[in-house]
Order: sequence, then C-alpha cells, then structure tokens
Amino acid sequence: MPGKLKAKIVAGRHLPVMDRASDLTDAFVEVKFGNTTFKTDVFPKSLNPQWNSEWFKFEVDDEDLQDEPLQVTVLDHDTYSANDAIGKVYIDIDPLLCTEAASVISGWFPIYDTIHGIRGEINVLVKVELFNDLNRFRQSSCGVKFFCTTSIPRCYRAAMVHGFVEELVVNEDPEYQWIDRIRTPRASNEARQRLISLMSGELQRKIGLKVLEMGGNAVVGYLQCFDLEGESGLVVRAIGTACTLDKLSSGSAPNTNTHTHPNTAPASNACNSPSKDGKEPVFGEDLLSSSGPPTPFRALPTSSSSPPPPFSPSKPCSRQSSSSDTDLSLTPKTGMGSGGSVGKEAGPLKTLLRQQTQTALEQREFPFFTLTSFPPGFLVHVGGVVSARSVKLLDRIHNPALGNTRSYKLLDWNSVTADEPETRDAWWEEIRQEIKSHAKALGCHAVVGYSESTSICEEVCILSASGTASILNPRFMREGCLDIGIADHRFEEPSPPSCGFCHIPYDELNMPFPAQLTYCYHCRRQKVPDVLFTTIDLPSEASVTGKGCLIQARLCRLKKKAQGEVNATAISNMLPFMEYELHTQLMNKLKLRSMNALFGLHIQISVGENMLLGLASATGVYLTALPAPGGIQIAGKTPGDLSNDHISTIQKRINDTIAKNKELYQINPPKLFALDPEVFCGINMELNEELVGSPIPEPRHRSRLFRSHSESSDEVSELDLSHGKKDAFVLEIDDTDAVEDIHSLLIDAPPPSGFYSCNTEVMPGINTWTSGVQMFTSVRVFRLSNANLTNQGLNKIFTDLCENLLKSFYFKLRSMIPCCLCHLNFTVAVPEDELIQVAVTAVAMTFDKDQTQEKPAEKPITKGSGDTEEQLQFSMELCADSSLANSQPPSKISGVPESSNISSRAASVDYGSFADRCSTWLELLRLKAHTIRRGSVKTISSLERSSPLPDGRSRSLRSTRSFGGTSVTVVKMTPLSFLPGTRIIKYLGIINMFFIRETTSLREEGGVSGFLHSFIAEVFAMVRAHVAALGGNAVVSYSMKECVFMENPNKNQAQCLINVSGDAVICVRESDPEATPSMTNSAQSCSSETDTAT
Amino acid sequence: MAVELDVFVGNTTIMDEEVYKLWLDGYTVNDAVKVRMEGGVMEECEASADVLLSDTMDQYRTFQMCERLLHSPAKLANQLLFQITPHRQAVLIERYYAFDDAFVREVLGKKLSKGTKKDLDDISAKTSVTLKSCRRQFDNFKRVFKVVEELKGPLVENIRQHFLLSDKLGRDYAAIVFFANNRFETGKRKLQYLTFQDFAFCAGQLINNWTVGAVDHMVEDMDVDLDKEFLQELKELKILITDKDLLDQHKSLVCTALRGKTKAFNEMEANFKNLSRGLVNIAAKLTNTKDVRDFFIDLVEKFIEPCRSDRWTAADMRLYLTHYTNSAHILDTFKHQVVWDRYMGVIKSCIFKMYHD
Repeated sequence: MPGKLKAKIVAGRHLPVMDRASDLTDAFVEVKFGNTTFKTDVFPKSLNPQWNSEWFKFEVDDEDLQDEPLQVTVLDHDTYSANDAIGKVYIDIDPLLCTEAASVISGWFPIYDTIHGIRGEINVLVKVELFNDLNRFRQSSCGVKFFCTTSIPRCYRAAMVHGFVEELVVNEDPEYQWIDRIRTPRASNEARQRLISLMSGELQRKIGLKVLEMGGNAVVGYLQCFDLEGESGLVVRAIGTACTLDKLSSGSAPNTNTHTHPNTAPASNACNSPSKDGKEPVFGEDLLSSSGPPTPFRALPTSSSSPPPPFSPSKPCSRQSSSSDTDLSLTPKTGMGSGGSVGKEAGPLKTLLRQQTQTALEQREFPFFTLTSFPPGFLVHVGGVVSARSVKLLDRIHNPALGNTRSYKLLDWNSVTADEPETRDAWWEEIRQEIKSHAKALGCHAVVGYSESTSICEEVCILSASGTASILNPRFMREGCLDIGIADHRFEEPSPPSCGFCHIPYDELNMPFPAQLTYCYHCRRQKVPDVLFTTIDLPSEASVTGKGCLIQARLCRLKKKAQGEVNATAISNMLPFMEYELHTQLMNKLKLRSMNALFGLHIQISVGENMLLGLASATGVYLTALPAPGGIQIAGKTPGDLSNDHISTIQKRINDTIAKNKELYQINPPKLFALDPEVFCGINMELNEELVGSPIPEPRHRSRLFRSHSESSDEVSELDLSHGKKDAFVLEIDDTDAVEDIHSLLIDAPPPSGFYSCNTEVMPGINTWTSGVQMFTSVRVFRLSNANLTNQGLNKIFTDLCENLLKSFYFKLRSMIPCCLCHLNFTVAVPEDELIQVAVTAVAMTFDKDQTQEKPAEKPITKGSGDTEEQLQFSMELCADSSLANSQPPSKISGVPESSNISSRAASVDYGSFADRCSTWLELLRLKAHTIRRGSVKTISSLERSSPLPDGRSRSLRSTRSFGGTSVTVVKMTPLSFLPGTRIIKYLGIINMFFIRETTSLREEGGVSGFLHSFIAEVFAMVRAHVAALGGNAVVSYSMKECVFMENPNKNQAQCLINVSGDAVICVRESDPEATPSMTNSAQSCSSETDTAT
Repeated sequence: MAVELDVFVGNTTIMDEEVYKLWLDGYTVNDAVKVRMEGGVMEECEASADVLLSDTMDQYRTFQMCERLLHSPAKLANQLLFQITPHRQAVLIERYYAFDDAFVREVLGKKLSKGTKKDLDDISAKTSVTLKSCRRQFDNFKRVFKVVEELKGPLVENIRQHFLLSDKLGRDYAAIVFFANNRFETGKRKLQYLTFQDFAFCAGQLINNWTVGAVDHMVEDMDVDLDKEFLQELKELKILITDKDLLDQHKSLVCTALRGKTKAFNEMEANFKNLSRGLVNIAAKLTNTKDVRDFFIDLVEKFIEPCRSDRWTAADMRLYLTHYTNSAHILDTFKHQVVWDRYMGVIKSCIFKMYHD
C-alpha cells in the first residue's frame, strides 16, 4: 500500500566550522528513507546555509512508513577527501500517518552527532500523502493512535477498552557484531540508533495490527522498553491497553471530567443496585450471553447467595448509559442483538466490533490494563498489588536467520517460537500467567496499573511484572469480565464512588488469606481491609483525609560474585527476602505517617555483580474509608540486653514522629463515635494481649505467602506463616541491626515546609494547581569505597543517596514554593561493581496554598483499630522455574527440590506492590569490554566549543532585537498526563526517541557530570524540537525509560544511552475560549527567523 | 566513597542569580559555597552543605555551557539547547557583559591584545578582582571591539543590537571600544583621580562630536575614528595664540566679562594666555596620533592642574570656559567659528566632567 513521503530541506544555522582554513563550512544534506537517498546542492562557505531544496519524494509502502525514520544527514563537502559528516536528524514520521495528529512536520531540528552532540540546526519540512484508507491492510496499522499517557487522553472518550496488547522484537545488538571491531564508534552508535528506531517502528506497527484486530483504534498507556542483553542481543518490547477512543468535540466538552460526570453517578449506582434498576428483561438476556464466552474466570460465585450475579447489574447499566446521551461503551455481544440500545454509536464500528469479538476474547487471555487512572465508575473494587518476578539466564538468541547476515533484518520473535521454546516471549507469558493467577486468588478478574520491567547484569536477567488486582465495571468492555465470583452481596447496596473501590473484592467467608476486615468507614456498609496497596493513581473521586506523601523503602543486599546458574540461584533465593524487607519498611513508614494506603507503588529490584538494590516508591494516603492505622510498638526481645529506658526512648521518638507527621500531613480524622462490634472486639482482644500503645501486628503476621508453581499457576496453596503471640509486636529490638533499622526508619526527613512530594500524578489533597511547572531529570552515581561494607552500611549509603537527592530537589526548586514534586520516579541501577546509580525524573508544580481545600473527612473515623492485615499476597515461587527447567533439571538451578518449604525456594514473590508505569526499565548493561575495545579510537577535539562565533559578520544591522519575542517555541514537558491551567486540544503523536552519546575526551567535556549534563540537556532539546516541529507546545506523560551510563575515566571515555518517550500535544490555557493554539505553526516563525539569522 | 556523578537538568533551565554573580566574579565552587553558606541560604530550605555544593556545581556547569552562547548573545534567543525565558536571557546577558569599574579603569585605552591579557594577573592583584573575572571582562571588551570594528552605523546602536545590551551598558562599551581604538592614555598618575564614568562621558562627547559619524552616518568606523578633516582644521585655531592681537583681544573680552563675577578673577587674568595656549595647542596637535593619545593627560596638565592650583571652583571653571568660548565669536578677525564651536563644545563638557578631586 503505497504512500508518498515528501521532504524539503530549507536551511541550516549555527553549523560548526568544518574547514579550519576558512572558518566556514561547505554543507550539503542527504535525505534518506529506506534505500533511497537524495542530496541537496552544496551551499558553499556558510555556517547558515540556505538550501531551499526541491521536494524530495519517496514512494514507499506504508509498512515502511511506519517502521522507518526519515534520516537527514548534514555533511561538509570536501573536494579532495571524503566528505565529513556533521551530524544527523532522525525524524519519526508516524505522527503524519494518523489523520487526527499532525499534518506536517516543519521546524528546526538539532543536528545530532553521537560523538560531538548537537552541532547546529536544520530546518526541514516533511509531508506524507497516503493514497487510500489504510485500515484494511494487513501489514501496516497506520491510523492507530498511540499514547504514553496511562489514562484516557484528555480530549477523548473511551468508547470501549479492549484490553492488553503486547509484542516484542529481537535482534542482534550492532555493538556486539564482529564488524564493530573495525568500524568507528560513530558508525557503531549510529547503527544502534537506527536499528532501535527501526525496531520501535516495527513494534508499534505490530501492536497496531493487534489493536485493529481487536477492533480498537488506539493504544493507551503504551510502554516500550529495551533490554540490552549484550552478547545475547537486543530486545524491544512493548505493552499497552487497546481502546476505542472517540474524539470529543472541543466545543461541547471542555474537559472529560465534566463530560462524563453526569452519567457516572447513575451508572455506578445502577451497578451496585441491580434491583432498583428495573430492567430485568435485558438483564436476563445478558446473563445468558455473557456466561457463554470461555474466560478464565468461569467459575460462578461458589460461596454465597447473590442470586442476581454481580455482572447482571452492570448490563442494564451500560444500556442505561448508552440510551442517555453519553453513549459510553456499548459492548455488542456475540450473537446478541443489542442494536436498539446503541444510540449514537456508529454503525460500521459496531459491526466491526462484532466481527472481532471472537478475537477480542482470545486476547482476554490477560485481562491486564496498563492504565493507572480511569474514567469515573470504571474501577469497581481494588484487591491489592500483585507482582511476579523471575530470574533468567540469558543465552544467545539463536536464530538461523540472524546468523552472519549483517543486514538489519528484523525478526519477530514470535515467528520462531516454534523452534525455540526458550524465548523471551515465553518468559513473559509465564510471568503474566502468574500475575493472573495471583489476581484471581484475590478474587479479582483484572489487573490494572500493570507494568513490566527487567534488570540485567551480565547474563542474569530479572523479569518483573506488577499491577493491581481489581474488579472493573464491564460497561467499558466487552463481555468476559463479568462472570467472576465475588462476594456479591456487596452489589446489593449502592456504594458511593468515594469509597467503593476500597471494598474488598474477595469473598469474606472464603478469603484468600486471613485478613482483618472492618466495615467501611465511609459508607459503613461493606467490608474494607485495614491497609490498601495499589500501583494505580488515587481515583479522583476517592475521599482522602489530609495530604499524601512520598514513601520510599530502600534496601541493599550484598551478594557473592558468581557466574551462571549459581548466580541466578543466589539471586532468586535473595529476592523474596528483599521483597519482604521492602514491604516491612513500607508498612512501618506508612504507619509512621499515620496513613493507611499506598498508591502508585513501584518496586524496583536491580541486580549488580556483587549486590542487589531494592527501591520501593509509593504515595501514602489516608483513605477516609479505611480504618486509622495504629502506632508502632517497640519491644525488647531479651530484657537483659537492652534497658527498658532505651526502648521507651525509641518508642517515644516514634510516637512523636507519628504525632508530628499527623500534623504535617493534616491527618485529623474525627474521633470515632461508633465501632463495629466486630472491630471493637478485635481491638479489645489485642489490647489485652499487648502492653500499651496501639496494637500492630508484626508484618509477618499479616503476610500470607502463596506458593505458586508457574507451570500450573492456578493452584495456589496458601501458607500461613505465623500466628502467635510473639508476633504481636511490630518491632523487636533483639540485636543492633534492629536498632539500626528503627533508626533508619526515623531518618527520612519530611519535606521542608512549602513542599510536598508524591510519585503519583497529583498530590492527594491538593487541587489548586497554578501554572508553574518545572520538569527535571537528575542522575547521581555513587562510588562505594572498596572497604568491607556490611548490608547495614550499604543500606545507609543508599538511603542517604536517595534522601540527599530529594533534599537537593527541594533546595533547587525553593523559588517555586508552595510547590509539590509530582510523579517522582526513581530508577536505580548498579552499573559497575562499586557504583550505584539513581536517576530521577519528576515535575515540580506550584499550587495556591490559600485555596487548598482539604476534603474534610465526611464521616467520623475510627481511631485505634490498629489491627491490620494486609491484602498482600506473598507468593513465593521457584524462580528459575519452568523456562530454565527446560534446559536444565530444576534442582540444579535452584539447588532445592520442589517442596513446600518456602524460604528455600523463592524466585518470584508478590505481595502488595510494584507499579509505576513509566520508568520501570532501568537495565544496566555492563559494556566494559566494549569500552576497552574502543580504546584506540581517534580522539576528538571538542569542536563544539569552538563553534563559530562571528560567522555571519553581517555588515548590516539586524532588523530586530531578538530577545523580545524568541523564535523558539516554548515547549513544556511533564511526566503527568496534563499541564495545570491548560487544556489539551490535540494529541499530535507519540514521541519515542533513543540517543547514544559517546566521548573520547571526557575531561575536556567537564568530566562525567559535564558529559551527562550536556547530553540530558541535548535530549530535552531534541524532544522539544520534534514537538515544536509537529506544531505542538508541550509533552505530556514524558518519561526517561532508560539511562545507561558507562565510563572509563582512565581512557578519558564515556558512553551513555537514553531513551525517552511522551505524547506531543497542543494545549491552550484553560481561560482561552477557543481551540486556536496560541503558537502558530512553527514553520512560519522559523522561516522568518532564517532571514534574520543570515 | 563519593558522589561520582551528579547532575540536575530542568526543562526550563534553572539559574540562581546569586550563584551566577559568584560565577561571574570568578569564585571557585568551594568559595562560592562558603559565600552562600554565610549568606544564609541553608536555613531557607533546610539544606546541608552537601546540597549546597551539589547545587553550586550544577549551576556552574550550566553557566559554563551557556557561556559559549553568551559570546554571541543573539544565538541565545534561537538556540535550542537551553529553554530560558526571554527575561532571564536578558538578565544573563546584561550580567555577563557587566564589568567592574576598577578593572575597566586599568585597561581603558590599552590595546586589547595578548600583551595586555598577560598583564591581567597584575591588574587582578591590584584591583582585587579575580583573575577569572578579569579575563572574562577583558575578553568581552575584545569581543565587542572585534565585532563592531567593521560595522557601519552608530557605535552604541551596533553594540546594543549585536550584544543585546541595555542602553547604559551599550554606551559604556562604546566608550571602551572608542578608547581602545584611539589608545587614549588613561593610566598616568595624574589621571588616576578620574573614574571610568568620567572617561565614558568624555568618550560620549568625542563620539558624538568629533568622529566621522558626527558628520556622516553611514561610514565604516564612523564612531570609532576621529574626523581627520576636522583635526586638520583644528590647526587653524592656532591663530588664536600666534596672532598677538587676537590673543590680547580675546583676553580682554574674557576679562571684561568675568570681572567682578568671581573671586579667582586675578588668577584667571594672570593665567589667561597660558591657559588659552594650552587649549589651542592641544587642538593643533591632534593630527598626531601620539598627541591624540595624550589628549586627556594634556587637558589635565595644561588646563585642569593650573586651575586647580589656583583654587578655581567648578563654577569658576564653568564661567571661565563659557566666556572663553563665546568671546571668540566676537573676534572679528577669527574666521573659524564652526570648528571652534565643535572643538570647544567637547572640551568644555569634558573639563566640566573632569574637574573634580
């Protein structure tokens, strides 16, 4: 299916001096797409060339259009020797393939060289003419929109949420090909950049195909990651949520919330109260049809009653909403004529959907959603965090087709799975199955806030996945999600949206683990757990007391250096303990802040040669619906060792901290006026058993471990670890380590006054954002001394590193007070033996302090019912399980025979935590060998520095003083899905860029910090330039998914890889009435700028 | 055990004006941290010394990366690497091109060459401006000089256009360029009492009245080079002192006008011929480049010092020079009124400015 790509090279500016003799440059440009190359004329002796070329036309398949970037190379013409490359620009033309996105790419792009960085700018115009409507063609998936945003994009409405899509593509890493030994670093870097660009294009196209198959038109929460597996290859994988999105006309609905709001209330009511609905006939019909599809959760509620099954109410509900003017979600059922109810839904789409239903059901194999925030009413109940990890040994991705060919033929790993059972695909499949089974154990039929990540060190790779088990309102989906056994009686009573999601999804009588439930403190009708951990954002309708705050658990564990299987086994044995400890830390810190729920929980475990790093980040909140957390109780195990004085001092400190935090975060739930007898009784009992203070069970007490065999993940055997009085104390001081632990708990300093911080989209409790926005990226690398470090010592260092980073942010951003650091996204890595790397991307947003309204607790809250159980599911599993087992006998790998002895075998553990959609991926590849190989490479003087000053010594006066109105479009960036005070009127397409920067003159560029500082600044600049060229003025959902930094100071060399992504948008100030973006097409301003520049 | 790499990059480049000042003043990172600690920033945000150090390093790095752009400020507006608000850009540029009066006084009128640059450490020691800052200021002078050297049009305007400077700073740079170009001597001991602003004022007068640009607006170097024709014509003024009659006539006219109006009348009368010879000789010698260089020293030696030793007040000076200038118009045999006015206009205002302690 052909299309015509047209490109025009307009001009260049600020080019570097390439000819020392004349201090000028004879520049020309090569424009390449696929295998076709065009050249401009040489524009002699100028640093600001005006090529003003003809339109170069490429006639290509749309498949290529999706896969390939347009490659623009700027060169210096040299009569006698080879032409020198100045730098390149890769332009992703995907946004042009979608009618709703950008129509032209036009603007100044930084000319980028992997050795010298940015070297001037070039003005390029790109257009695409597609000859036909494309959706019919198999190989391409033009027109499918991609969004990094993990919620329904602001100017769209979700007609339907289809579900999980995933794909991965593998190739050899050019850096490890034999040819790399003889080519220049520049050539090697460019080969890699180009390959990854190609692979991402292909991946996106394939995902698009899957979406089309499912009947969707968009992918939301698109998360693409690279695994740099070194010798064994390069994996690019992506997950996302397929949706059918309808564009909201900007006039009618200024923002989605107000638009959808009217119907959410009735909808959710209807959901929860079927009997009131009075639509019995419809309901019966639905019941029939929905029980048909073969979904994994076929089993009807075994436990209880509930004659009107849970799903039935929702059907009428969807009907109801569709007949009202909102037409949200119509899910045509197979073999069911629901046509009458469809309302405005477009006919053709519906038919398409119906045709696709069968496929869509198959896709439901994984009822996962990468979204983290949802349309009101979508999320019915939240069970808790589910996660799975597994340790794998990387081996070369055998592929005959890859063999010795040097062409970058891309291979879909799926296509060779038949020959190769040991595939990356199979690995992920396994993990996902496990997640699914964990969710099921929690009585949930879906996983939201789902994300996947890896950590690689040499040949060991930890795969992780996590999400939040939950029950969704099926009216947004096709059938398949409905027939789940849950405690249905809850549906008989309406639960208000502000607390409904807290209600337990699992059956009270048949709970997956022993848990302390209480009646909801908000509606008093249904049961809630005492603590809730999730990977999603706080639902906007949730009722919260006080403010939230960032809570981090940090952990370092030393490990012996080892190779191969021994290493993998050692790591997998350590994982459950790390997870357990991280979890304990989180719980304690949560209690210390007097909060009862975590949102946006993301746990990252990074593997290095001699240590494992664990970092859990989340935003703590006091949910009004949940019981108040108790305090923390200290007890000495052996009274002889530690005096009671000592203990009481610590206890006092803890109590003081809790009191201080309550004040700080404004957590003042009203005192309870009535206790549920059940709870009350529970408290009494505990009080009797314990000494003083609020009773808190020891974390272990609450952790239930599931051991799941991944081969048959359905059977989950439950292991109650401990019941017993000795566990009634939270913290036992039985040795100095314990004391250390407690001290480290208290170390976390609260943010200075005027600051708040969270890792979710927005801060719970703040809703008066003003327009100040400052996105930033910060990277720190810490070198450990080689002294014998203990785990404790390491922990301290790691904790300090994170704390100091936060302190630095507060200090740097102090001029923005009052302000909140949102979406703080930490990624850790162990790039080398003694290095710890922490990279953070976040946004600081100002808010209006005076108008900050705290949502008052609507209902009195019980205090002191501190008994807690967690719905954390601590499932431990043999890590190296099936996939490794295929090649090796399992016992060899794990070193432990399969048994129910949990502690001995634990590879993947889940319990409540891990999410954070965006930056899960920090894999650190050690490429030391590679760097050394590079040793003899030519040195490059820092040309950048000497860039031409008085080049265009124009003899005429410049007509305008240029600093009044800059010619450069201001592009705002944020990791959030919105910019405060503005309204997004158009999504222009996804930005997904991969850059490599290398230097052989590290000292001259200001050392490692100088090198990385300018590289990150360059990456920002290139992102902004691409967005501006698309006609946009902001990037939302920005994330830096990869930052791999390697150095060799002795050789004066360093290399860094950065991968960033986000959504390019046009936004206007909220006050502006109409949708005309204030900035016009940047092309105009640019071309006028060209004139003045010469 | 140490932080090996530490960077912070904002989408909008964060710059602290206080740190910028320290950087411009040539403080090392450690010294800057000390100054900041004493300034009490730490209490402001519960920061520790580490935080302060990290922040200072980051800012210094940012400034270093920006410095290249600051060398041609027009680029700052359309570069893509740093997103800086226009207002902030203006502040950055203005501060970067600002200079210390003590420093500029030392190099004013010197050739902006490598030789002078080598002497910067002496100047640094003398003025207690750090060497780094001296270098920056010197390089700024040199850069501006080089760019405007070959441009047509008014000097001040050119500087403002090319370096996006404020009017005041543009004028100061024009003075510096003008002085450097004509190599006026400003370093002699007798001239030490004069401030940069005194000279800048005089430079403004010379540029506006004595250069080619004062006559023709579109000539190269119009504001940098003195009007040769005019200098030639100045020789004609010699008649005022060589013609005995004319000299006496001039004296009596001035004395008549001054009599009774000032306490210093006697001294004025006694010194008239000397003073008049001094001023006219300065005019007549200006065709020699060497004497142009000594213009200010001559003014001081030949005119200001004698007056000062006679304890003229500033008002006396004003009175005297006004009448001295005006009386020449009444001399019927003196034909060079236009040249005289052009010359004396500048001399008058220069001397007014320079006549202080």
